Amino acid sequence: MSTVDPKDLAAFAEQADAWFAQNVVRDPGFMLPLTFMEVGTDTQFHFLRDWQNKVWEAGYLGAAWPKAYGGGGLPQAFQNAATRAMRKHHGPIMLNAIGLNWAGPLILEMGSEAQKAAYLKGILSAEDIWCQGFSEPGHGSDLGSAQTRAVRNGDHYVVNGSKIWTTLGRYAGYMILLARTDPSTERKYDGLSFFLMPMKAPGIETVPIRKLTGEHGFTQTFFTDARAPADGLVGPEGGGWKVAMRTLEYERGARGGQAGGYVSVGSNAFDVFDLAQRTTRGGRPVLEDPLVADEMVGFLMEIQALTLNGQRTQVPELVADRPQGIPLASKLMGTEMSRRLNDFAVRLTGARGAYYVDEPEAADNGLWARNYLNSFSATIGGGTSQIQANIVGEHVLGLPKS
Amino acid sequence: MKDLGRIGFSEDQATLLEVATDLCQRRAPVATVRRLMEDELGHDPAVWTELGDLGWLGVAIPEAYGGSGLGLAEVVPLVEQMGRRLMAGPFVSTTLAAQALITGGTEDQKRETLPRIAAGEAATLALAELDTDWELDAIGCTATRRPDGRLALSGRKILVTDAAEARRILVSVRLDGAPALVLLTPEDLPSGALRRETVIDETRRSFALALDGIVLDADRLLDPDRVGVALEHIHLAANLLAAADMVGGTQACIDYTLDYLRTRTQFGKVIGAYQALKHPMVDAYTRYEQARSHLYSAAHCFNEQGTGEIAVRMAKAAADVAYSFAADRSIQFHGGFGFTWDCDAQLYRRRAIWHAAQFGDAAFHRKKLARLLF
Ligand SMILES: Cc1cc2nc3c(=O)[nH]c(=O)nc-3n(C[C@H](O)[C@H](O)[C@H](O)COP(=O)(O)OP(=O)(O)OC[C@H]3O[C@@H](n4cnc5c(N)ncnc54)[C@H](O)[C@@H]3O)c2cc1C
Ligand SMILES: Cc1cc2nc3c(=O)[nH]c(=O)nc-3n(C[C@H](O)[C@H](O)[C@H](O)COP(=O)(O)OP(=O)(O)OC[C@H]3O[C@@H](n4cnc5c(N)ncnc54)[C@H](O)[C@@H]3O)c2cc1C
Repeated sequence: MSTVDPKDLAAFAEQADAWFAQNVVRDPGFMLPLTFMEVGTDTQFHFLRDWQNKVWEAGYLGAAWPKAYGGGGLPQAFQNAATRAMRKHHGPIMLNAIGLNWAGPLILEMGSEAQKAAYLKGILSAEDIWCQGFSEPGHGSDLGSAQTRAVRNGDHYVVNGSKIWTTLGRYAGYMILLARTDPSTERKYDGLSFFLMPMKAPGIETVPIRKLTGEHGFTQTFFTDARAPADGLVGPEGGGWKVAMRTLEYERGARGGQAGGYVSVGSNAFDVFDLAQRTTRGGRPVLEDPLVADEMVGFLMEIQALTLNGQRTQVPELVADRPQGIPLASKLMGTEMSRRLNDFAVRLTGARGAYYVDEPEAADNGLWARNYLNSFSATIGGGTSQIQANIVGEHVLGLPKS
Repeated sequence: MKDLGRIGFSEDQATLLEVATDLCQRRAPVATVRRLMEDELGHDPAVWTELGDLGWLGVAIPEAYGGSGLGLAEVVPLVEQMGRRLMAGPFVSTTLAAQALITGGTEDQKRETLPRIAAGEAATLALAELDTDWELDAIGCTATRRPDGRLALSGRKILVTDAAEARRILVSVRLDGAPALVLLTPEDLPSGALRRETVIDETRRSFALALDGIVLDADRLLDPDRVGVALEHIHLAANLLAAADMVGGTQACIDYTLDYLRTRTQFGKVIGAYQALKHPMVDAYTRYEQARSHLYSAAHCFNEQGTGEIAVRMAKAAADVAYSFAADRSIQFHGGFGFTWDCDAQLYRRRAIWHAAQFGDAAFHRKKLARLLF
């Protein structure tokens, strides 16, 4: 990696800051999704796709990916500076999350030259939206038992079966697909293969699923004799499990290389603190209630601890006993806190906690109730909290498998 | 939102952490800890001498007074490792007494006393009283000026740690209606003034101190203009070092429990495979990591006006919750053995309770934080 000239970096950061100051649209006139899993309408989709494309064209997304594949070819510090500027000016989220954060880095690491050339630029520009076909109706946490079949037939595989909870499935041009190429292996994991699968093809149907919030979000995807090109395999046939596990490392942020920006702007304890400070009950500030105040302090301590955890991982001496502990536990800690925090926010609003989005009297237009319901996307998606606890218990604490 | 603090780690901290990790492990195996619990003195004088020789007592004492001129940030890794091994001795009492003198002592007192402490003389603080609410300026004991100018003390202090061997005891009293600090030596104490208390943490030596009958020269008063600052400083320093001891103890307690969960078998399975045990251990672990992050933020920001207090209170509150939970579950997860004297879980649980009772528990500090943050 090239070395960083601090002067160049500072100039880049300043440009980025000015660019986001000028280009961020905070209120487009409709509710912007807070995470990529909440994209539910075409209006939201097109707005966010255009926004990502614009950020990429300006050089503030994929700045550290190779130039040959549409990136900026700069050191990571430059992308980090651009991401900070994006955050500072409250830029909307990056839409193509699965491409930018896990499929892309995976292709960069393990893909063939042809795959890199074919896909990476489209991921950055948002021309090609990516989705993830891992979970099935019968197998979610137990991903290794996935049954969707892929049978080799000359230069392609014939795919039959169904994937479910497919985020962005309706919009996706491509899917990272985990399918069973051999149902007879002794270990279930050895029969799985990993495909880069075109979605706009015959035999593929996506059916929207209505979320607990009432909105449309993810889809169920049905494959009926759909064709997966053989040159879309990542890793060898039968080697898909390892590739899928690597993908999950990227997904959970346990491994770096993501294109940059952020794909969710979940409310944090400071936003809830702001809510608490402007909320009254019976004419008195709600924070005068010592029980409410105590809970608020607890959340501020918790979010501060998570920030400090991140800083501490940069000090090797202070994580020497279990260097992987904080990274492997961070999804569990962060998502569970967010869920409890949003629940607290709903309770803060007192009687108005009974209102929901679009009720004119709802606090902040019902944002908190919606955030709370949506917070389960992160405690379930990407590996549930219980599965995360197993991972931490087994891989960090050294306890035997359950 | 106010600045809540951040992680920073000095080379001195790193060096001391490494040295302390090794020394405390060698000097305080649990068999030694248990043997010393039965011992009247309660710690090994040879180890105390060793700590003095290593300069640990002077780490946070200015060079002008015989110390090495670092700060409490550098004491934190030492105390963390002591806590991890449940190591006994008057190190924290002495360090806090030195801090009281550094912030509140007169120049003469500092010059006379600090070099002795740096060289290995034990000292302690007598602050708490029976009806304490953990506010150090709420004091019932008094000092009265006699016609001859001397001071007559009265009242009773409790939970005076390591008082029997302390060569200096700093006592908070009320004088002319305002808080004051006075410096005692063992020679000032009438016989029977100290009574050893029975305390939950049996690695500790703690005493009630009867002040009635003690008469002192007025030059034993610490600087009257600095009493408020000194009491505040002691309160925060005590909580910082308590948090350090607790975080170290939490780590050890979790490791100890995990060892059992990896070896004990029931129903043909190693019990650590049961999620009823595994998942609460993950909770204990994540609370521990959060508490340790708060601790090293508090250490780093200790001297920052405003932020230091916030970070210390967060550290103590987080450490209390983490230690209490880890040790409570440790007893439970050892089954019948957990109910025995021989299981170390009780040692950790008792120590956590001791710390919660000293200088404020988690709820106390959260209440303070609400006032600081809102
Ligand atoms: C908003 C959202 C978006 C998603 N997007 C995608 C996507 O784009 N692509 C995709 O492939 N998938 C996606 N998922 C699916 C997600 O990965 C699965 O829902 C998840 O892995 C859980 O699988 P499951 O739903 O089959 O639940 P199950 O595995 O059936 O779990 C049911 C309950 O049992 C618990 N459980 C299961 N096994 C164990 C165990 N061994 N120990 C303890 N408890 C256990 C779980 O924690 C859970 O509480 C998404 C999910 C959500 C909510
Ligand atoms: C005060 C006291 C008095 C007692 N008196 C008597 C008496 O008079 N007579 C007598 O016969 N016994 C007596 N007992 C023993 C008592 O019944 C056992 O201690 C108890 O059944 C647990 O067994 P254990 O100690 O072997 O712990 P273990 O079974 O080894 O359990 C260790 C830990 O693992 C957990 N665990 C074990 N199996 C599972 C599982 N399948 N799923 C989830 N968690 C699991 C337990 O909950 C515990 O936390 C007494 C115990 C105590 C504490």
